[in-house]
This record gives sequence, structure tokens and C-alpha cells, in this order.
Amino acid sequence: MALPAATESKDVILEVSNLSKYYPVNQGFFTRQKSLLHAVDNVSFQVNRGEVLGLVGESGCGKTTTGRLIVRLATPTSGRILIEDTDVAEIKGQDMMEFRQKVQMIFQDPYESLDPRMTIFDIVAEPLNVNGIGTFEEREAQVEEMLSLVGLAPPSAFLFRFPHELSGGQRQRVAIARALVVRPSFVVADEPTSMLDVSIRTGIMKLMAQLREDLGISYLYITHDLAVARYLCDRIAVMYLGKIVELGNSEDIVKRPLHPYTKALISAVPVPDPAIDRPLPNIKGGVSKPIDPKPRCRFYDRCPESADSCAEAENPELRDIGGGHLVACHLL
Amino acid sequence: MDTLLRLEDLTMHYKTKAGWVQAIDNVSFSLHRGQSLGLVGESGCGKTSVAMSIMRLLPYNAKLVKGRVLFGGHDLYTLSDEEVRQLRWKEVAMIFQAAMNSLNPVYSVGNQIVEAIVTHEPETGEDEARERVKSLFELVGIPKERMDHYPHEYSGGMKQRAVIAMALACNPSLIIADEPTTALDVIVQDKILREIEEIRRTINMSMIYISHDVSVIAEVSDIVGVMYAGRLLELGPADDVFKRPKNPYTYSLMNAYPSILGEKHDLVTIPGEPPNLLDPPTGCRFHPRCDWATKECREVEPAWREITKGHYLACHNPVRTEHGTAHNKTARRAPGKGGDGIGTSGGN
Ligand SMILES: Nc1ncnc2c1ncn2[C@@H]1O[C@H](COP(=O)(O)OP(=O)(O)OP(=O)(O)O)[C@@H](O)[C@H]1O
Ligand SMILES: Nc1ncnc2c1ncn2[C@@H]1O[C@H](COP(=O)(O)OP(=O)(O)O)[C@@H](O)[C@H]1O
Ligand code: SF4
Ligand code: SF4
Ligand SMILES: [Mg+2]
Ligand SMILES: [Mg+2]
Repeated sequence: MALPAATESKDVILEVSNLSKYYPVNQGFFTRQKSLLHAVDNVSFQVNRGEVLGLVGESGCGKTTTGRLIVRLATPTSGRILIEDTDVAEIKGQDMMEFRQKVQMIFQDPYESLDPRMTIFDIVAEPLNVNGIGTFEEREAQVEEMLSLVGLAPPSAFLFRFPHELSGGQRQRVAIARALVVRPSFVVADEPTSMLDVSIRTGIMKLMAQLREDLGISYLYITHDLAVARYLCDRIAVMYLGKIVELGNSEDIVKRPLHPYTKALISAVPVPDPAIDRPLPNIKGGVSKPIDPKPRCRFYDRCPESADSCAEAENPELRDIGGGHLVACHLL
Repeated sequence: MDTLLRLEDLTMHYKTKAGWVQAIDNVSFSLHRGQSLGLVGESGCGKTSVAMSIMRLLPYNAKLVKGRVLFGGHDLYTLSDEEVRQLRWKEVAMIFQAAMNSLNPVYSVGNQIVEAIVTHEPETGEDEARERVKSLFELVGIPKERMDHYPHEYSGGMKQRAVIAMALACNPSLIIADEPTTALDVIVQDKILREIEEIRRTINMSMIYISHDVSVIAEVSDIVGVMYAGRLLELGPADDVFKRPKNPYTYSLMNAYPSILGEKHDLVTIPGEPPNLLDPPTGCRFHPRCDWATKECREVEPAWREITKGHYLACHNPVRTEHGTAHNKTARRAPGKGGDGIGTSGGN
């Protein structure tokens, strides 16, 4: 791939620029006035080839919406998504087939994302069929190989079972096998381990790390578990009400968070040591919805460090404060 | 000490088409008044079943095979249904798994709790119950103006608080909370757990927390019990169990969990999956997945014994290394197994 010199040595696989998704919502029964929910609001970031970028934040902050926009399950209100230098919005016809193969999404709920009437073989083979890849024998071989790779071995024991005959962890592995069987170069993984037990969860985390090494896959890894993100991701982006408020190397985010929201989020994570008396997270109120938000900092109402000037100022831009650590806060 | 709850060799099976599911096997422990117990273990290991046994809310296909549940000295399973109804809510209350979805959508949240109070305490009038609900809302941090709102007008965190308020409504001596915060965001989880703990200390209530999240258990429990395949494998003071786990399963569980604390270390995977309880393994139920297993483990069920004051264990080959901060997990692992993994090469 020819890269312009300006992008330096980093090989960027995904480039998201000023991405927004607004949903019209009705405010009350009697008003005709349409309000807009800013699910994703002017978000920009990059994922490098072979990298795992974590997207973390509270429920409803826009993580899944961002993922859906990237795989073109939703259309942006504005902004641009480039995958391997191709503008996702402009893909048509035959190229769409190729895109659907190259870019995969693993969904949040392993109980709902698999068709209960299909066998495991049919589920995993489906993307191959749709994309017309290989002969039947070749598909069979690929499905078996993929099942072994995700630890469903021997594959013959699973091929003709139905999803309800598998445990949650096994179902999640099937979902991963299905996403990876077409050898994608980019995967959006939405909370693929959140409802699983630790032992299975650690297994899947290791599996994803391994597949990244073996197959060179890049991931956007969506989760609200910061401990998981720390282990799996090279960098972490923290979202709050549709905005990225901080982005940096995983260890920097976990050990040296700078944004007041990230600090609160990290300090709320329970720690597996009864001897530690974790201090109270420093944050006010509860999370709201970004419906017609004021132009100022989204975190203002809950921010323990806000200055008077924050009330008047525009929403702070995400900027590099050194070493690739990006923060959006007027006081930093 | 004042023992509130005591399980003695509790054994409970479920009848299914495929046979008997041996969901609880010889579980014994005591809980003092004011104490909190955390029960951890993988999904399907019997945590909810233990809770339901204590509430005497087992489904029709469950059979108490052996053992006793003593609450305040009474054997729960010799009481009449009416006597148990008296105890429930007033003495033992439960916050069910996914309870926030259990509020009735057609009644206001406040009315549901008022209803619960007057049902369980016929001597309490409706006005008095409403007043109590107001103070309960204050206690769990919901504005009391929200009493007359319906569940759909509440966020997930508020619904969970309402369910906690409901459990507290009749001043029980014990609350059993089954995965009370699993579906919630960390900031909300943190607030709710702090609130429950404060209330517990203030009114000297006992708690049983059930979770598969060892970090949550570490933060809220005085004593910790580790369940596996229907059995308790270890139980003791939280500090002890976390710092010096003796059972290999406990040891692995503690190290399978990613943490934001300390240096990044290798995560241990516990190979395989929990067994089918229709036909559990012989001897120690953990032996097919245990790196420490010996012939004895495969044949003889390890006895449940007290190894140091208040620290109970079932294991033939207890772990001897300290679970320190160094996280050197590979130290005692059998050659060629486990210990590999993510974490070491992560980051940039
Ligand atoms: N189709 C839709 N119509 C209207 N609003 C929507 C739609 N999809 C999402 N939203 C809203 O957009 C916001 C972001 O939702 P999104 O699903 O991206 O959150 P999330 O970060 O993935 O949350 P979670 O952690 O709960 O999965 C939320 O306020 C949500 O209610
Ligand atoms: N009503 C039931 N009928 C038959 N088996 C059941 C029933 N409830 C639970 N089980 C089985 O009992 C075992 C323990 O389940 P449970 O107590 O729900 O575990 P946990 O709460 O630890 O996940 C599991 O094997 C489960 O499938
Ligand atoms: S810009 Fe102001 S309100 Fe926003 S996070 Fe920074 S200090 Fe807080
Ligand atoms: S009794 Fe044996 S198999 Fe069971 S946990 Fe102890 S060492 Fe492992
Ligand atoms: Mg989501
Ligand atoms: Mg349960």
C-alpha cells in the first residue's frame, strides 16, 4: 500500500474524521418540535494496522453507534470514514461484497446474535456462502479450521449443534469464528466478553490477542470494562456523551488519567484486594442523554474541576498534550 | 458471636428429563449478625440455588436431599409455609438476579414498595408505609418526588436502587443480593455498593453478595466463599482468602481476572469448562481442570475442614505460595500448562 510520506511509518487502517450521528427524538407528546440526540458527535480517531484500539465509556455514550457507523450498519449524519484509504460511504456494487468481507462486527449479545434455527456449521459458513468463497469442500475445511482456532474442538462435536445447545462462552466463540472465517482485516468487537465468566472470558481475550498476532487483524474493541481494555488494547479512547474526551496508550489512561471524567471512571473500578480502601470517585450527578446539548463541554454538569470559564466556552477540542496522549479539557 | 444463619451439609438436586442435577452438595457455613458474605464462582456453580434454598423459594422440581438451613436457630425446612412467609421480607429479603427488570411496569415504583410493606406487615397502615418509602428512597438516593413515577421513567441504576429500597422495606436481618450490579456501569455500581454497605453497617444487617466478579466481592465482603460445581471449595475471611488462597481453584480464579491495579501480569486461563452436574466428576469435582490434581483427588472427595480460625478448605493439595503483589503465577503450575498469555507483550 502506497502511503503519503506525511503519515510517517504508521500504517493507518481506519481513519475516522469528524464523525457524527444524530437521531431525531420526540420531546413529549404535545410538541411538534424535533430534538436531536447527539449519539456520536464530531469524533475523530485512527486505528493502525495490527492495533487494538479500545473504546470505553458508560452505557449510552455512543460506543455501539460508532461501531455500527464504521461497518456501515448505520449512515453518518456527517463526517468521513476511511478504511484502507477507501471512503466507506462511497462503496457500491461489487466493492460492497469485498467490504462486507474485509470489515466485520462481533455483536454485544451472544444470545441474540446467532440465528437459533441454524446449525453451527451453517452459521459460520454463511459469510463464505454470501461472498461466494470456495467450493463446498473448501468451505467445510475453513469452517472446521476456524472452529478449532477459537477452541471449539474437535469441530465435528459442534458442527451440527444449534446455538441453544451451547454455553454462553461457546456461543461467543461461534460468533467470533463467524466474523473471522472470511479473514477480515478489520473487526469491530462490541463487548464480546462482558456477559461471560472469567475463565471463559480470559480464554476469549487470549484468543483475540492470538488471532491478532497470527492473522494481523486490527480491532476496535468496545467495552465498559477498563480492566479488560487495559489487557487487550494498545490504546484506549474514552467516550462521554458522544464525544471522545481522552485517548492514549492503555497504561497511560489507566495509570495516569488526565481528564476529570477518565479519572472518575478509573477510580470507580473495583479492585481485587480487600485491603485497599478505594477513595470515592470524584464526580457529580448521574449520566444524562445528549439531546440538543449545549455547545459547551459535555461533562460540565458533572465535572468536579470545572472553572467558571467552562460554562461559557465552546466544547474543548481533543488535543495532543505530548507523547500521543490526547485530552479534551480547557484546563489541561 | 451471634450466629444468624447456618447451613449444615445442604444438598439439593433438581429433577430434569435427563436426570438429577446435583446443584448443591454438602454446603456448610455460618453467618453472624452484621456480617457480609461474598459467594463467588462461575456461572452454573449453584450460587443462585443456595440463595433460593435460604429463601425457601426453590422451584417445584427441586428436592432437598440432605442438610439443614438454620435461621435465627429455626430450621427453615421444618417451618410451615405461613411461618416462612412471615420470615420472608421481614427477616430475610432478596434482591434477585436482573431484579431491575422485575418491577411491575403498570404500577408506580413507590406504590409497589408500599404494597410490599402492607402485605408483609398488615399492622402497618398505608400512610405510614408511604412515609417509610419516602425515607427508604432517601436512604438509597432516589429523590422522593420520583415515588409516583413508573419503572420506565427510571434509569437502570435508579431501578436497581428501588429494588434495594424494596428489600430494605421491612427491616430484614439479612439481605441476599444476587449479582446486584452486574448490568450497571462502574460509577453507578460503585455508588450503589457504597450505599448498601453504609446501610448494612448502620443497622447491623447481614448480607450475602453473589457475584462472579471477584473484584466486587473483594470490596464488599467480610468473608468469602468460593463455589465450584455445587460445592464450597474454600471459605474464610476476605483478606485471608484473597492473600493466601489455599484451594487451586480459588488461586486460579484470583489470577484469571484482569485488574487495573499494579503491573500488568499474565492472566491464568482455567482450561476447560465447569462439569455437567447431571454426572459430576468423582472425588474432587474440580479435578479434571486442576493442575494440582493427584490420584487421590480423582478418587476421594476432599473433606471440608477448618485450617486456620474461620478459614475452611476442601482440598487434598493446598496451595502454599502467598498470593503477593508480585503475581508470579507460574510458580506452582505443572509443567507445560497455563501461565502463558496476554499481558506480557501488550501495550506499545
Ligand atoms: N436508533 C436509535 N434511535 C434513537 N436513539 C438511539 C438509537 N440508537 C442509539 N440511540 C441513542 O444513542 C446513544 C448512544 O447509544 P449506543 O448504543 O451507541 O451506546 P453504547 O455506548 O453502545 O451503550 P452500551 O454501553 O449501553 O451498549 C444513546 O443515548 C441511545 O439511546
Ligand atoms: N429449576 C431448575 N431445574 C433444573 N436445573 C436447574 C434449575 N435451576 C438451576 N439449575 C441448574 O443447577 C445448577 C446451578 O444453577 P444456579 O444455582 O443458577 O447457578 P449460579 O447462580 O451459580 O449460576 C446449574 O447446573 C443449573 O443449570
Ligand atoms: S473543560 Fe471544564 S467542565 Fe469540561 S472537563 Fe475540563 S474542567 Fe471539566
Ligand atoms: S482436591 Fe485435588 S483436584 Fe481438588 S482442588 Fe485440591 S488439588 Fe485440585
Ligand atoms: Mg453498546
Ligand atoms: Mg445465578
